[in-house]
Amino acid sequence: MLNGFTAVFLREILILKRRFKRQILSMSVSPLLYLIAFGYAMGDAARFDGHTYMEFLIPGLVAMSSMTQAFAIGTDINVARFYWHIFEEFQAAPISNAAYVAGEVLAGMTRALISVAVILIIGLFFKVTLNYYNPLFWLAVGLNSFLFASLAVGLAMLVKSHADQSLLTSFVITPMAFLGGTFFPVDRLPVWAAKIIFLLPLTHASKAIRQTAFGASPGCFSYLLLTAIGIILFLLALKCVGQARD
Amino acid sequence: MIRIENLKKSYKNIQALKGVGFRVPAGELFAYLGPNGAGKTTTIRILTGLTRRSGGNAWLNGFNIEKEELLAKRQFGLVMQSINLDQELTVFENLDIHGRLFNIASDERKKKIDELLEYVDLIDRKDSLVKQLSGGMKRRLMIARALVHSPEILFLDEPTVGLDADIRRRIWGLIKKIQRTGATIFLTTHYIEEAEFLADRVAFLDEGKIVIIDTPQRLMSQTGAWAIDRMDGDRMETVCFRTRQEADTFIAKQKESYTLRRVNLEDSFLLLTGKKVQC
Ligand SMILES: Nc1ncnc2c1ncn2[C@@H]1O[C@H](COP(=O)(O)OP(=O)(O)O)[C@@H](O)[C@H]1O
Ligand SMILES: [Mg+2]
Repeated sequence: MLNGFTAVFLREILILKRRFKRQILSMSVSPLLYLIAFGYAMGDAARFDGHTYMEFLIPGLVAMSSMTQAFAIGTDINVARFYWHIFEEFQAAPISNAAYVAGEVLAGMTRALISVAVILIIGLFFKVTLNYYNPLFWLAVGLNSFLFASLAVGLAMLVKSHADQSLLTSFVITPMAFLGGTFFPVDRLPVWAAKIIFLLPLTHASKAIRQTAFGASPGCFSYLLLTAIGIILFLLALKCVGQARD
Repeated sequence: MIRIENLKKSYKNIQALKGVGFRVPAGELFAYLGPNGAGKTTTIRILTGLTRRSGGNAWLNGFNIEKEELLAKRQFGLVMQSINLDQELTVFENLDIHGRLFNIASDERKKKIDELLEYVDLIDRKDSLVKQLSGGMKRRLMIARALVHSPEILFLDEPTVGLDADIRRRIWGLIKKIQRTGATIFLTTHYIEEAEFLADRVAFLDEGKIVIIDTPQRLMSQTGAWAIDRMDGDRMETVCFRTRQEADTFIAKQKESYTLRRVNLEDSFLLLTGKKVQC
Protein backbone atom coordinates (compact mmCIF):
# COMPACT_ATOMS: atom_id res chain seq x y z
CA MET A 1 0.00 0.00 0.00
CA LEU A 2 2.93 2.33 0.60
CA ASN A 3 4.68 1.29 -2.63
CA GLY A 4 6.47 4.29 -4.08
CA PHE A 5 6.51 6.11 -0.76
CA THR A 6 10.32 6.16 -0.67
CA ALA A 7 10.43 7.68 -4.15
CA VAL A 8 8.29 10.63 -3.04
CA PHE A 9 10.34 11.09 0.12
CA LEU A 10 13.70 10.62 -1.57
CA ARG A 11 12.90 13.21 -4.21
CA GLU A 12 12.23 15.86 -1.58
CA ILE A 13 15.37 14.91 0.32
CA LEU A 14 17.52 15.13 -2.82
CA ILE A 15 16.17 18.61 -3.49
CA LEU A 16 16.75 19.56 0.12
CA LYS A 17 20.30 18.26 -0.12
CA ARG A 18 20.97 20.33 -3.23
CA ARG A 19 19.80 23.48 -1.44
CA PHE A 20 21.24 22.53 1.91
CA LYS A 21 23.46 25.54 2.60
CA ARG A 22 20.85 28.07 1.51
CA GLN A 23 18.24 26.19 3.48
CA ILE A 24 20.27 26.15 6.68
CA LEU A 25 21.02 29.85 6.32
CA SER A 26 17.38 30.72 5.85
CA MET A 27 16.41 28.53 8.80
CA SER A 28 18.89 30.47 10.98
CA VAL A 29 17.93 34.02 10.14
CA SER A 30 14.70 34.55 12.03
CA PRO A 31 15.66 32.64 15.21
CA LEU A 32 18.90 34.64 15.33
CA LEU A 33 17.04 37.91 14.95
CA TYR A 34 14.53 37.02 17.64
CA LEU A 35 17.24 35.95 20.04
CA ILE A 36 19.31 39.05 19.48
CA ALA A 37 16.44 41.53 19.39
CA PHE A 38 14.25 40.14 22.17
CA GLY A 39 16.54 37.84 24.08
CA TYR A 40 19.23 40.39 24.72
CA ALA A 41 16.83 43.31 25.03
CA MET A 42 14.86 41.66 27.82
CA GLY A 43 18.05 40.72 29.62
CA ASP A 44 17.96 38.70 32.82
CA ALA A 45 15.64 41.03 34.68
CA ALA A 46 12.31 39.65 33.59
CA ARG A 47 11.62 36.07 34.69
CA PHE A 48 9.20 33.79 32.89
CA ASP A 49 8.23 30.63 34.75
CA GLY A 50 11.46 31.13 36.67
CA HIS A 51 13.60 31.30 33.50
CA THR A 52 15.30 34.11 31.61
CA TYR A 53 13.50 35.34 28.50
CA MET A 54 16.20 33.79 26.34
CA GLU A 55 15.47 30.40 27.89
CA PHE A 56 11.77 31.03 27.50
CA LEU A 57 12.16 32.02 23.89
CA ILE A 58 14.13 29.06 22.58
CA PRO A 59 11.43 26.40 23.07
CA GLY A 60 8.98 28.89 21.53
CA LEU A 61 11.23 29.22 18.50
CA VAL A 62 11.50 25.43 18.30
CA ALA A 63 7.71 25.20 18.20
CA MET A 64 7.42 28.00 15.66
CA SER A 65 10.16 26.76 13.37
CA SER A 66 8.99 23.17 13.36
CA MET A 67 5.58 24.48 12.36
CA THR A 68 6.72 26.85 9.60
CA GLN A 69 9.29 24.45 8.15
CA ALA A 70 6.87 21.52 8.15
CA PHE A 71 4.24 23.74 6.56
CA ALA A 72 6.73 24.93 3.95
CA ILE A 73 6.54 21.52 2.27
CA GLY A 74 3.28 22.90 0.86
CA THR A 75 5.18 25.56 -1.03
CA ASP A 76 7.54 22.95 -2.48
CA ILE A 77 4.60 20.83 -3.58
CA ASN A 78 3.08 23.87 -5.21
CA VAL A 79 6.19 24.75 -7.13
CA ALA A 80 6.37 21.12 -8.25
CA ARG A 81 2.72 21.22 -9.28
CA PHE A 82 2.23 24.57 -10.96
CA TYR A 83 5.71 25.48 -12.08
CA TRP A 84 7.59 22.28 -12.90
CA HIS A 85 4.51 20.05 -13.48
CA ILE A 86 6.35 17.28 -11.65
CA PHE A 87 3.23 16.38 -9.74
CA GLU A 88 2.02 14.71 -12.96
CA GLU A 89 4.76 12.11 -12.45
CA PHE A 90 3.18 11.08 -9.16
CA GLN A 91 -0.38 11.29 -10.46
CA ALA A 92 0.38 8.99 -13.37
CA ALA A 93 2.39 6.54 -11.26
CA PRO A 94 0.84 3.38 -9.77
CA ILE A 95 1.08 4.61 -6.18
CA SER A 96 -1.66 5.11 -3.63
CA ASN A 97 -2.65 8.48 -2.21
CA ALA A 98 -1.36 7.23 1.14
CA ALA A 99 2.11 6.63 -0.29
CA TYR A 100 2.21 10.11 -1.74
CA VAL A 101 0.97 11.87 1.39
CA ALA A 102 3.21 9.84 3.69
CA GLY A 103 6.26 10.65 1.56
CA GLU A 104 5.57 14.38 1.53
CA VAL A 105 4.62 14.55 5.22
CA LEU A 106 7.79 12.74 6.20
CA ALA A 107 9.80 15.15 4.05
CA GLY A 108 8.12 18.08 5.81
CA MET A 109 8.92 16.54 9.19
CA THR A 110 12.55 16.10 8.13
CA ARG A 111 12.80 19.80 7.29
CA ALA A 112 11.20 20.65 10.62
CA LEU A 113 13.68 18.48 12.53
CA ILE A 114 16.64 20.05 10.76
CA SER A 115 15.38 23.52 11.63
CA VAL A 116 14.99 22.50 15.28
CA ALA A 117 18.57 21.25 15.32
CA VAL A 118 19.66 24.60 13.89
CA ILE A 119 17.88 26.47 16.68
CA LEU A 120 19.31 24.28 19.41
CA ILE A 121 22.80 24.85 18.01
CA ILE A 122 22.22 28.60 17.82
CA GLY A 123 20.96 28.41 21.39
CA LEU A 124 24.32 26.95 22.43
CA PHE A 125 26.03 30.10 21.17
CA PHE A 126 23.75 32.08 23.44
CA LYS A 127 24.74 29.72 26.26
CA VAL A 128 21.30 28.21 26.55
CA THR A 129 21.08 24.49 27.12
CA LEU A 130 17.80 23.00 28.13
CA ASN A 131 16.64 19.51 28.81
CA TYR A 132 16.85 18.26 25.22
CA TYR A 133 17.43 14.64 26.16
CA ASN A 134 13.83 14.27 27.17
CA PRO A 135 12.12 12.04 24.56
CA LEU A 136 8.86 13.83 25.30
CA PHE A 137 10.46 17.03 24.01
CA TRP A 138 11.13 15.34 20.69
CA LEU A 139 7.72 13.68 20.67
CA ALA A 140 6.09 17.11 20.93
CA VAL A 141 8.32 18.43 18.14
CA GLY A 142 7.45 15.39 16.00
CA LEU A 143 3.70 15.67 16.56
CA ASN A 144 3.77 19.38 15.83
CA SER A 145 5.60 18.90 12.55
CA PHE A 146 3.45 15.90 11.59
CA LEU A 147 0.33 17.98 12.12
CA PHE A 148 1.49 20.99 10.12
CA ALA A 149 3.07 18.93 7.33
CA SER A 150 -0.25 17.06 6.94
CA LEU A 151 -2.13 20.36 6.87
CA ALA A 152 0.28 21.71 4.26
CA VAL A 153 -0.04 18.65 1.98
CA GLY A 154 -3.84 18.76 2.15
CA LEU A 155 -4.02 22.47 1.40
CA ALA A 156 -1.43 22.19 -1.37
CA MET A 157 -3.77 19.77 -3.14
CA LEU A 158 -6.71 22.16 -2.87
CA VAL A 159 -5.15 25.46 -3.91
CA LYS A 160 -5.46 26.43 -7.53
CA SER A 161 -2.37 28.61 -7.85
CA HIS A 162 0.86 29.63 -6.27
CA ALA A 163 -0.60 32.92 -5.03
CA ASP A 164 -3.27 31.07 -3.00
CA GLN A 165 -0.50 29.22 -1.26
CA SER A 166 1.27 32.32 0.04
CA LEU A 167 -2.10 33.72 1.10
CA LEU A 168 -2.55 30.66 3.30
CA THR A 169 0.81 31.22 4.92
CA SER A 170 0.00 34.81 5.79
CA PHE A 171 -3.49 34.09 7.09
CA VAL A 172 -2.93 30.80 8.91
CA ILE A 173 0.69 30.31 9.76
CA THR A 174 1.95 33.79 10.56
CA PRO A 175 -0.84 34.63 13.06
CA MET A 176 -0.44 31.22 14.65
CA ALA A 177 3.31 31.75 14.93
CA PHE A 178 2.79 34.90 16.96
CA LEU A 179 -0.16 33.82 19.05
CA GLY A 180 0.66 30.20 19.80
CA GLY A 181 2.52 30.80 23.04
CA THR A 182 5.81 31.20 21.26
CA PHE A 183 6.96 34.66 22.35
CA PHE A 184 5.00 35.31 25.51
CA PRO A 185 3.20 33.29 28.17
CA VAL A 186 -0.43 32.76 27.22
CA ASP A 187 -1.61 33.12 30.83
CA ARG A 188 -0.80 36.84 30.85
CA LEU A 189 -3.50 37.48 28.26
CA PRO A 190 -7.11 38.49 28.96
CA VAL A 191 -9.39 35.51 29.44
CA TRP A 192 -11.21 35.79 26.09
CA ALA A 193 -7.94 35.90 24.18
CA ALA A 194 -6.50 33.00 26.15
CA LYS A 195 -9.61 30.97 25.25
CA ILE A 196 -9.15 31.52 21.55
CA ILE A 197 -5.45 30.82 21.73
CA PHE A 198 -6.15 27.62 23.64
CA LEU A 199 -7.79 26.31 20.46
CA LEU A 200 -4.65 26.70 18.36
CA PRO A 201 -2.62 23.49 18.05
CA LEU A 202 0.61 25.46 18.19
CA THR A 203 -0.27 26.67 21.69
CA HIS A 204 -0.29 23.07 22.87
CA ALA A 205 2.87 22.22 20.99
CA SER A 206 4.82 25.14 22.42
CA LYS A 207 3.49 24.41 25.89
CA ALA A 208 4.58 20.78 25.74
CA ILE A 209 7.90 21.63 24.12
CA ARG A 210 8.63 24.31 26.73
CA GLN A 211 7.60 22.23 29.72
CA THR A 212 9.70 19.27 28.65
CA ALA A 213 12.65 21.54 27.84
CA PHE A 214 12.37 22.99 31.34
CA GLY A 215 12.35 19.52 32.83
CA ALA A 216 8.76 19.73 33.99
CA SER A 217 6.40 16.89 33.22
CA PRO A 218 3.79 17.94 30.71
CA GLY A 219 0.14 16.97 30.86
CA CYS A 220 -0.90 14.29 28.43
CA PHE A 221 -3.83 16.36 27.15
CA SER A 222 -1.66 18.42 24.79
CA TYR A 223 -0.15 15.24 23.34
CA LEU A 224 -3.51 13.60 22.83
CA LEU A 225 -4.89 16.71 21.18
CA LEU A 226 -1.91 17.09 18.83
CA THR A 227 -2.12 13.40 17.89
CA ALA A 228 -5.84 13.60 17.22
CA ILE A 229 -5.61 16.74 15.10
CA GLY A 230 -2.58 15.32 13.28
CA ILE A 231 -4.41 12.12 12.35
CA ILE A 232 -7.47 14.02 11.18
CA LEU A 233 -5.38 16.35 9.01
CA PHE A 234 -3.45 13.39 7.58
CA LEU A 235 -6.71 11.66 6.62
CA LEU A 236 -8.04 14.87 5.10
CA ALA A 237 -4.81 15.20 3.10
CA LEU A 238 -5.44 11.69 1.71
CA LYS A 239 -8.88 12.77 0.53
CA CYS A 240 -7.50 15.96 -0.99
CA VAL A 241 -5.01 14.19 -3.28
CA GLY A 242 -7.88 13.01 -5.49
CA GLN A 243 -9.17 16.59 -5.66
CA ALA A 244 -5.98 17.75 -7.33
CA ARG A 245 -7.15 16.28 -10.65
CA ASP A 246 -8.87 18.83 -12.89
CA MET B 1 -4.10 -2.30 -26.38
CA ILE B 2 -6.10 0.86 -25.78
CA ARG B 3 -9.87 0.86 -25.79
CA ILE B 4 -11.94 4.00 -25.38
CA GLU B 5 -15.72 4.25 -25.41
CA ASN B 6 -17.73 7.44 -25.69
CA LEU B 7 -15.24 9.46 -23.67
CA LYS B 8 -16.49 12.88 -22.61
CA LYS B 9 -14.99 15.77 -20.76
CA SER B 10 -16.49 19.15 -19.89
CA TYR B 11 -14.64 21.93 -18.16
CA LYS B 12 -16.76 24.70 -16.67
CA ASN B 13 -18.03 26.10 -19.94
CA ILE B 14 -16.13 24.11 -22.56
CA GLN B 15 -16.93 20.65 -23.86
CA ALA B 16 -13.42 19.47 -24.60
CA LEU B 17 -14.39 15.91 -25.58
CA LYS B 18 -17.81 15.13 -26.99
CA GLY B 19 -17.88 11.33 -27.00
CA VAL B 20 -14.68 9.86 -28.40
CA GLY B 21 -14.26 6.15 -29.03
CA PHE B 22 -11.64 3.95 -30.71
CA ARG B 23 -9.30 1.00 -30.23
CA VAL B 24 -5.57 0.85 -30.72
CA PRO B 25 -4.37 -2.75 -31.11
CA ALA B 26 -1.10 -3.86 -29.50
CA GLY B 27 2.01 -2.84 -31.38
CA GLU B 28 0.35 -0.11 -33.42
CA LEU B 29 1.67 3.42 -33.77
CA PHE B 30 -1.47 5.49 -33.59
CA ALA B 31 -1.38 9.20 -34.34
CA TYR B 32 -4.02 11.42 -32.81
CA LEU B 33 -4.07 14.44 -35.01
CA GLY B 34 -5.85 17.72 -34.60
CA PRO B 35 -5.47 21.49 -34.34
CA ASN B 36 -4.64 23.22 -31.06
CA GLY B 37 -7.51 22.92 -28.63
CA ALA B 38 -9.01 19.85 -30.33
CA GLY B 39 -8.82 17.80 -27.12
CA LYS B 40 -5.71 15.70 -27.71
CA THR B 41 -4.03 16.46 -24.39
CA THR B 42 -7.32 16.08 -22.55
CA THR B 43 -7.70 12.55 -23.95
CA ILE B 44 -4.21 11.57 -22.80
CA ARG B 45 -4.69 13.18 -19.38
CA ILE B 46 -7.87 11.17 -18.81
CA LEU B 47 -6.28 7.90 -19.91
CA THR B 48 -3.31 8.43 -17.61
CA GLY B 49 -5.25 9.48 -14.51
CA LEU B 50 -4.33 13.17 -14.51
CA THR B 51 -7.82 14.42 -15.31
CA ARG B 52 -11.23 13.10 -14.34
CA ARG B 53 -13.52 12.18 -17.20
CA SER B 54 -17.12 13.41 -17.35
CA GLY B 55 -18.43 10.34 -19.14
CA GLY B 56 -17.56 7.18 -21.04
CA ASN B 57 -14.97 4.57 -20.22
CA ALA B 58 -11.51 3.36 -21.12
CA TRP B 59 -9.26 0.32 -20.74
CA LEU B 60 -5.50 -0.05 -21.05
CA ASN B 61 -4.45 -3.62 -21.85
CA GLY B 62 -7.87 -4.60 -20.53
CA PHE B 63 -7.56 -2.78 -17.21
CA ASN B 64 -10.25 -0.22 -16.50
CA ILE B 65 -8.68 3.18 -15.87
CA GLU B 66 -10.83 3.80 -12.82
CA LYS B 67 -11.78 0.45 -11.30
CA GLU B 68 -8.32 -1.02 -11.79
CA GLU B 69 -6.48 2.26 -11.62
CA LEU B 70 -3.15 1.09 -10.21
CA LEU B 71 -2.94 -1.83 -12.63
CA ALA B 72 -3.90 0.40 -15.55
CA LYS B 73 -1.15 2.81 -14.51
CA ARG B 74 1.46 0.05 -14.75
CA GLN B 75 0.68 -0.42 -18.46
CA PHE B 76 1.90 2.90 -19.84
CA GLY B 77 4.74 5.35 -20.00
CA LEU B 78 3.86 9.00 -20.41
CA VAL B 79 5.67 11.84 -22.13
CA MET B 80 3.76 15.06 -21.63
CA GLN B 81 3.68 18.03 -23.95
CA SER B 82 5.41 20.40 -21.52
CA ILE B 83 8.72 19.51 -19.90
CA ASN B 84 8.02 17.99 -16.49
CA LEU B 85 11.43 17.00 -15.22
CA ASP B 86 13.02 17.81 -11.88
CA GLN B 87 15.36 20.54 -13.03
CA GLU B 88 17.36 20.64 -9.81
CA LEU B 89 18.10 16.93 -9.91
CA THR B 90 20.49 15.04 -12.17
CA VAL B 91 19.56 12.99 -15.20
CA PHE B 92 20.17 9.80 -13.21
CA GLU B 93 18.14 10.96 -10.22
CA ASN B 94 15.15 11.77 -12.41
CA LEU B 95 15.17 8.27 -13.84
CA ASP B 96 15.93 6.63 -10.52
CA ILE B 97 12.97 8.22 -8.77
CA HIS B 98 10.73 7.12 -11.59
CA GLY B 99 12.02 3.55 -11.22
CA ARG B 100 11.34 3.65 -7.50
CA LEU B 101 7.78 4.84 -8.12
CA PHE B 102 7.29 1.63 -10.08
CA ASN B 103 8.97 -0.43 -7.41
CA ILE B 104 11.77 -1.71 -9.61
CA ALA B 105 14.50 -3.46 -7.65
CA SER B 106 17.73 -1.53 -7.20
CA ASP B 107 20.04 -3.63 -9.43
CA GLU B 108 17.54 -3.91 -12.21
CA ARG B 109 16.82 -0.18 -11.98
CA LYS B 110 20.46 0.80 -12.34
CA LYS B 111 20.98 -1.54 -15.26
CA LYS B 112 17.86 -0.35 -17.04
CA ILE B 113 18.79 3.31 -16.56
CA ASP B 114 22.24 2.83 -18.11
CA GLU B 115 20.70 0.89 -20.96
CA LEU B 116 18.13 3.65 -21.63
CA LEU B 117 20.68 6.45 -21.39
CA GLU B 118 22.68 4.64 -24.07
CA TYR B 119 19.52 4.21 -26.06
CA VAL B 120 18.61 7.91 -26.08
CA ASP B 121 22.26 8.93 -26.31
CA LEU B 122 22.53 10.72 -22.97
CA ILE B 123 24.90 8.38 -21.17
CA ASP B 124 27.64 11.00 -20.92
CA ARG B 125 25.16 13.39 -19.27
CA LYS B 126 24.14 10.90 -16.60
CA ASP B 127 25.25 13.10 -13.70
CA SER B 128 24.42 16.49 -15.22
CA LEU B 129 21.72 18.59 -13.67
CA VAL B 130 18.65 18.60 -15.88
CA LYS B 131 18.56 22.39 -16.04
CA GLN B 132 21.87 22.28 -17.91
CA LEU B 133 20.44 20.19 -20.77
CA SER B 134 19.21 21.51 -24.11
CA GLY B 135 15.56 21.26 -25.15
CA GLY B 136 16.16 18.24 -27.36
CA MET B 137 18.06 16.44 -24.59
CA LYS B 138 15.29 17.11 -22.09
CA ARG B 139 12.79 15.65 -24.53
CA ARG B 140 14.93 12.53 -24.96
CA LEU B 141 15.29 12.25 -21.20
CA MET B 142 11.51 12.41 -20.82
CA ILE B 143 11.17 9.59 -23.32
CA ALA B 144 13.81 7.55 -21.46
CA ARG B 145 12.03 8.17 -18.17
CA ALA B 146 8.75 6.92 -19.62
CA LEU B 147 10.49 3.67 -20.57
CA VAL B 148 12.22 2.89 -17.26
CA HIS B 149 9.46 0.49 -16.17
CA SER B 150 9.28 -1.15 -19.63
CA PRO B 151 5.65 -0.22 -20.35
CA GLU B 152 3.71 -1.85 -23.16
CA ILE B 153 1.95 1.38 -24.07
CA LEU B 154 3.66 4.71 -24.63
CA PHE B 155 1.76 8.01 -24.66
CA LEU B 156 3.58 10.82 -26.42
CA ASP B 157 1.89 14.22 -26.31
CA GLU B 158 3.35 16.41 -29.06
CA PRO B 159 6.82 14.96 -28.55
CA THR B 160 8.55 17.26 -31.03
CA VAL B 161 6.75 20.54 -30.43
CA GLY B 162 9.13 23.48 -30.39
CA LEU B 163 12.16 21.47 -31.54
CA ASP B 164 14.40 22.22 -34.53
CA ALA B 165 13.84 20.19 -37.68
CA ASP B 166 16.96 18.04 -37.30
CA ILE B 167 16.25 17.28 -33.62
CA ARG B 168 12.69 16.47 -34.54
CA ARG B 169 13.92 13.89 -37.05
CA ARG B 170 16.15 12.40 -34.41
CA ILE B 171 13.16 11.98 -32.09
CA TRP B 172 11.19 10.40 -34.92
CA GLY B 173 13.97 7.87 -35.34
CA LEU B 174 13.80 7.14 -31.64
CA ILE B 175 10.02 6.66 -31.75
CA LYS B 176 10.34 4.23 -34.68
CA LYS B 177 13.00 2.35 -32.75
CA ILE B 178 10.70 2.05 -29.72
CA GLN B 179 7.87 0.79 -31.90
CA ARG B 180 10.09 -1.98 -33.25
CA THR B 181 10.34 -3.36 -29.69
CA GLY B 182 6.62 -4.14 -29.93
CA ALA B 183 5.28 -1.20 -27.93
CA THR B 184 1.89 0.33 -28.62
CA ILE B 185 2.43 4.02 -29.26
CA PHE B 186 -0.22 6.69 -28.92
CA LEU B 187 1.12 9.91 -30.33
CA THR B 188 -0.60 13.26 -30.54
CA THR B 189 0.62 15.90 -32.90
CA HIS B 190 -0.46 18.88 -34.88
CA TYR B 191 2.41 18.37 -37.31
CA ILE B 192 0.88 16.55 -40.23
CA GLU B 193 4.16 15.28 -41.64
CA GLU B 194 4.93 13.71 -38.27
CA ALA B 195 1.80 11.58 -38.46
CA GLU B 196 2.36 10.86 -42.12
CA PHE B 197 5.91 9.67 -41.50
CA LEU B 198 5.33 7.68 -38.32
CA ALA B 199 1.79 6.42 -38.03
CA ASP B 200 0.23 3.08 -38.88
CA ARG B 201 -3.15 4.73 -38.42
CA VAL B 202 -4.30 8.27 -37.77
CA ALA B 203 -7.39 9.71 -36.14
CA PHE B 204 -8.47 13.24 -36.98
CA LEU B 205 -9.81 15.00 -33.93
CA ASP B 206 -11.65 18.26 -34.32
CA GLU B 207 -13.45 20.18 -31.57
CA GLY B 208 -13.65 17.16 -29.32
CA LYS B 209 -14.94 14.76 -31.96
CA ILE B 210 -13.26 12.19 -34.13
CA VAL B 211 -13.79 12.99 -37.77
CA ILE B 212 -12.23 9.87 -39.24
CA ILE B 213 -9.81 7.06 -38.42
CA ASP B 214 -7.79 5.28 -41.09
CA THR B 215 -4.30 4.56 -42.38
CA PRO B 216 -2.47 7.56 -43.82
CA GLN B 217 -2.16 5.79 -47.18
CA ARG B 218 -5.89 5.13 -47.49
CA LEU B 219 -6.81 8.63 -46.38
CA MET B 220 -4.48 10.17 -48.90
CA SER B 221 -5.52 7.91 -51.74
CA GLN B 222 -9.17 8.77 -51.07
CA THR B 223 -8.24 12.41 -51.29
CA GLY B 224 -6.41 11.90 -54.56
CA ALA B 225 -2.87 11.55 -55.82
CA TRP B 226 -1.92 15.04 -56.94
CA ALA B 227 -2.61 18.44 -55.43
CA ILE B 228 -2.33 21.92 -56.86
CA ASP B 229 -1.94 24.93 -54.62
CA ARG B 230 -2.96 28.11 -56.37
CA MET B 231 -4.00 31.63 -55.54
CA ASP B 232 -7.71 32.29 -55.75
CA GLY B 233 -7.90 36.05 -55.39
CA ASP B 234 -5.90 36.71 -52.23
CA ARG B 235 -6.64 33.30 -50.73
CA MET B 236 -4.66 30.13 -51.26
CA GLU B 237 -6.65 27.20 -52.49
CA THR B 238 -5.77 23.54 -52.84
CA VAL B 239 -7.37 21.30 -55.45
CA CYS B 240 -6.82 17.53 -55.46
CA PHE B 241 -6.86 15.15 -58.41
CA ARG B 242 -6.98 11.39 -58.83
CA THR B 243 -4.59 11.26 -61.76
CA ARG B 244 -1.75 13.31 -63.19
CA GLN B 245 -3.76 13.67 -66.37
CA GLU B 246 -6.64 15.42 -64.58
CA ALA B 247 -4.15 17.69 -62.88
CA ASP B 248 -2.53 18.55 -66.19
CA THR B 249 -5.86 19.44 -67.73
CA PHE B 250 -6.50 21.75 -64.79
CA ILE B 251 -3.05 23.34 -65.11
CA ALA B 252 -3.63 24.07 -68.76
CA LYS B 253 -6.43 26.41 -67.71
CA GLN B 254 -4.32 28.23 -65.06
CA LYS B 255 -3.39 31.86 -65.54
CA GLU B 256 -1.87 32.57 -62.13
CA SER B 257 1.14 30.80 -60.65
CA TYR B 258 0.61 27.43 -58.99
CA THR B 259 2.48 24.47 -57.46
CA LEU B 260 1.89 20.87 -58.32
CA ARG B 261 2.75 18.27 -55.69
CA ARG B 262 1.72 14.88 -54.27
CA VAL B 263 -1.30 14.79 -52.00
CA ASN B 264 -0.47 14.79 -48.28
CA LEU B 265 -2.42 14.17 -45.08
CA GLU B 266 -3.02 17.87 -44.64
CA ASP B 267 -5.11 17.82 -47.82
CA SER B 268 -7.19 14.95 -46.45
CA PHE B 269 -7.77 16.80 -43.23
CA LEU B 270 -8.72 19.95 -45.09
CA LEU B 271 -11.14 18.05 -47.26
CA LEU B 272 -12.79 16.34 -44.27
CA THR B 273 -13.03 19.30 -41.91
CA GLY B 274 -12.63 22.38 -44.06
CA LYS B 275 -9.84 23.35 -41.62
CA LYS B 276 -6.11 23.36 -41.55
CA VAL B 277 -4.37 21.41 -38.80
CA GLN B 278 -1.39 23.68 -38.62
CA CYS B 279 -1.86 27.37 -38.22
N1 LIG C 1 -7.83 22.68 -17.14
C1 LIG C 1 -8.64 23.18 -18.07
N2 LIG C 1 -9.64 24.02 -17.73
C2 LIG C 1 -10.46 24.53 -18.66
N3 LIG C 1 -10.38 24.26 -19.96
C3 LIG C 1 -9.41 23.44 -20.38
C4 LIG C 1 -8.49 22.85 -19.46
N4 LIG C 1 -7.63 22.07 -20.17
C5 LIG C 1 -8.00 22.16 -21.46
N5 LIG C 1 -9.07 22.98 -21.59
C6 LIG C 1 -9.77 23.28 -22.85
O1 LIG C 1 -10.15 22.08 -23.48
C7 LIG C 1 -9.95 22.14 -24.88
C8 LIG C 1 -9.03 21.03 -25.33
O2 LIG C 1 -7.72 21.26 -24.84
P1 LIG C 1 -6.51 20.29 -25.08
O3 LIG C 1 -6.93 18.90 -24.77
O4 LIG C 1 -5.36 20.82 -24.34
O5 LIG C 1 -6.26 20.45 -26.65
P2 LIG C 1 -5.03 19.99 -27.55
O6 LIG C 1 -4.10 19.20 -26.71
O7 LIG C 1 -5.65 19.22 -28.66
O8 LIG C 1 -4.39 21.24 -28.05
C9 LIG C 1 -9.42 23.53 -25.18
O9 LIG C 1 -10.51 24.34 -25.56
C10 LIG C 1 -8.86 23.98 -23.86
O10 LIG C 1 -8.94 25.37 -23.74
MG1 LIG D 1 -2.12 19.55 -26.30
